[in-house]
Amino acid sequence: MPKVIKTEVEFEGRFYEEYIVLEGEDLSPWGPDRDREFRFVGKPQPRVDGPERVTGAAKFTHDIQLPGMLYGRILRCPHPHARIQRIDTSKAEKLPGVRLVLSAENAPEIPWRMGLTQLFDRTLRYAGEEVALVVADEEEICYDALDLIEVEYEPLPFVVDPVKALEPNAPKVHESGNLLNGAPEVYERGDLEKGFEEADVVVEGVFRTQSALHNCMETHGSVAHWEGDTLVIWDSTQHIFGVRAQVAQALGLPLNRVRVIKQYMGGGFGSKNAAGKYTVMAALAARRTGRPVQVLLDRFEENLATGNRPSTVQTLKLGAKEDGRLTAIYHKSILNVGAYAAWPASASGPTKRLYSCPNLKTEDYSVYTNLGPFSAFRAPGYVEGTFALESMMDELARKLNLDPLELRLKNYAEIDPITNKPYTTKGLKQAYERGAQLIGWEKREEVKKTRSTKTKRVGFGMASQIWGGSGGPPAYALVKINPDGTATVITGTQDIGTGTRTALAQIAAEALGFPLERVRVELGDTQWGVYSPLSAGSMTLASVGPAVRAAAEDARAQLLDVGAQVLEIPRDRISLEQGEFVDARSGERTPVQTIFEKLLNYTIVGKGARGPNPEDKNINTFGAQFARVEVDLETGRVRVERIVAVHESGRVVNPLTIRSQLYGGVIQGLGYALTERRLEDPRRGLVVNPSLETYKVPTVEDVPDIVAEMVDMPDPEANPLGVKGVGEPPIIPTAAAIANAVADALGFRVYELPLTVDRVLMALQRGEPSRGEDNK
Amino acid sequence: MQTQVALLHLRVNGEAHPVAAPTHKTLLEVLREDLGLTGTKHGCEVGECGTCTVLVDGEPILSCLTLAADVEGREITTVEGLAQNGELHPLQVAFAERGAAQCGYCTPGMLLSAKALLDRNPRPTEDEIKEALSGNLCRCTGYLKIIEAVKLAGERLAQGGPR
Ligand code: FES
Ligand code: FES
Repeated sequence: MPKVIKTEVEFEGRFYEEYIVLEGEDLSPWGPDRDREFRFVGKPQPRVDGPERVTGAAKFTHDIQLPGMLYGRILRCPHPHARIQRIDTSKAEKLPGVRLVLSAENAPEIPWRMGLTQLFDRTLRYAGEEVALVVADEEEICYDALDLIEVEYEPLPFVVDPVKALEPNAPKVHESGNLLNGAPEVYERGDLEKGFEEADVVVEGVFRTQSALHNCMETHGSVAHWEGDTLVIWDSTQHIFGVRAQVAQALGLPLNRVRVIKQYMGGGFGSKNAAGKYTVMAALAARRTGRPVQVLLDRFEENLATGNRPSTVQTLKLGAKEDGRLTAIYHKSILNVGAYAAWPASASGPTKRLYSCPNLKTEDYSVYTNLGPFSAFRAPGYVEGTFALESMMDELARKLNLDPLELRLKNYAEIDPITNKPYTTKGLKQAYERGAQLIGWEKREEVKKTRSTKTKRVGFGMASQIWGGSGGPPAYALVKINPDGTATVITGTQDIGTGTRTALAQIAAEALGFPLERVRVELGDTQWGVYSPLSAGSMTLASVGPAVRAAAEDARAQLLDVGAQVLEIPRDRISLEQGEFVDARSGERTPVQTIFEKLLNYTIVGKGARGPNPEDKNINTFGAQFARVEVDLETGRVRVERIVAVHESGRVVNPLTIRSQLYGGVIQGLGYALTERRLEDPRRGLVVNPSLETYKVPTVEDVPDIVAEMVDMPDPEANPLGVKGVGEPPIIPTAAAIANAVADALGFRVYELPLTVDRVLMALQRGEPSRGEDNK
Repeated sequence: MQTQVALLHLRVNGEAHPVAAPTHKTLLEVLREDLGLTGTKHGCEVGECGTCTVLVDGEPILSCLTLAADVEGREITTVEGLAQNGELHPLQVAFAERGAAQCGYCTPGMLLSAKALLDRNPRPTEDEIKEALSGNLCRCTGYLKIIEAVKLAGERLAQGGPR
């Protein structure tokens, strides 16, 4: 009988209580001792869908073309804050080929962003917010029609700087004020004042980080189509079940009449965690026109309206004893969340939990401004917070004349400083050790001496990473055994490019005792998939993987029960290996499909659910990155020569795909450290660089030498697979490590990201250490 | 808007494709919408991302900046035309094998830029690979696997692998 229990789950650094339903037998954990028996798990496995990805056969949302499909394009507000006085769509509607224009005039009132606004609102709170949708036979006609819509805007006062937005007379983004929830999020432990009194040294700094844009190569978009009374939506999303729930609610439909499909997607990085307005607009338009409707965003819209990493201003103060032990930390962050926020942003996660420090206070101010709303972006808050914390730690090390690595080891947390629970596993020390070895940490002063010239300086830096990544319930899977001896894994998860399909196939093949090529994984479709969570928060493998293993073990047990009876071999003598029954006594092998010849179309369905996480332990992922840079004193150019990334995320299921994830995270971190930034014009309230060319994502020419390794240590207490997430960890410490290497090269610190040529040159001209306060 | 429709004689992946399309349509649009060849991707449509790269007479071009009418009669190669007689091109094999396609969205463009390079220079240096791919953005892989795959495919081609 299903058992209901209450458990705590973590997502993107936040904790939630949930009820979950447990079913089936508890699985015995795959501990380190199992490794040598594995055929597939832990072995490098090219993607099972590699051929689709390299032949153009993979269908992305953008590639869905249906007979009679119409195109929908969105009119967006040109002002940072405005009220629509009048909107006249009649000319656009009369244009030949235009089928529908939706706006506040004729669309249903659908609450959006938790009721702060609507699908079509008459008050617009950032430049780029949605005003109307044109649906036409051709994309070109849409653009012509958009020009014909007449809108009279009453411009309203606006604010884009979060510090200014907190001032008493600042223009109000929302009636309720500019501070999310009316107060900062505060966390405290110990006695901060006492902690600073006890300190022998205190360091302090003000750090600034930029707003960063995801720039997934496939922009956001949906195709909606009614098949009879069922709405079918192809959506470029990280969460098909979430989109289903949102769309069903918005249109007032039962869940079983909304089908959401996402087979392939061109990146999400947190920006595709929920349905977009474009999704609901496509669905509404398809209902009104009776035709399939495609709504895709262009690159400019993408960079105005689909989310960003909030910019921050962070004040950090550390107190420590002579020997380096931290006595107090104070961390205040002001985060620019733009016009709307789904949850409070925070940069204090790493500060609260990376180091053992008894006295600590953090304050996070999520501030509304008239800019595009923020969203999760690969390790939200942790990238920003780690930059400030790990920079400050290096300043402390310098002041105490300690090796930065030694300082970190002095403050190593043996138990989680918030919950006081021990970790299931913690491989940070191993990551430090291996990373230091790979970068040549001990010999760095020699290298700096020999490599540095009059105009070029070499520097080394490092930084640590902590993150969740435990995954957790609910997540479900089915495994079908087909009469020809193949297996189909069915889940409702999605492969967002990370290799989920492949990893799940490896796990199922392993648990079933089947050859890998006989296992096929079906995902990304709510109609027949069973619930799986969103693919975000580094939780996919650790949530869905155990459910798949459980379903496979269930299917295998059933298969053995049936096989033993058909083959007339005692149950305890029969086992499964590579798709064959093996009789332990005679050694005789019988292909699985043989028994189905007698059983006709008997089909086995195994069921699996993700169990809860342990209550008495903390599950975290850890890592360390080391950077070697060369700074050109004449041009201010920072060249990253080498990054060493060593991470611990439990068992490695696929060493091939995990390495790509590490590389990819490091390069995004490098872009964040050196080139990427959204630029806003504070006088006009507009984003001035919403294109790829001007935003500057790293190209192949920016890539340094990267050495990426995992501390491969199964974490059997975390879940029965011993796995943890790895999607986000590799981006977390990169910018901090690079910033520390630059400070090491220069002999002083630049407190602001990105470390562009102009900032480095200006700092060089100033020539003396700044603590960040003066570059306001 | 007045659209002029013309009959274009395109040659795509070795086949003749007569197609009636408005004259203002880009090659990207005609490939994807009129010929249903959606392997060629769009990431910006203003020449900044390289996902729409195809070959015209063996040279990589951005199909979002090219009018279909301007490449009439010339030999156009898209990702769908890389495999021959059911055999993947060595670049495709290497990309799949090394995990150079993560989400896979940039992959078609990468493959075609790389093919143009290997066709003239099967043993490129790392710098030559970087130069050839510098117009193709990838947000997932960190590029290293892509470089590795191009090198590997080049070596296999030079050793007389298929084609
Ligand atoms: S679509 Fe981006 S360059 Fe053509
Ligand atoms: S693999 Fe995703 S953009 Fe390159």
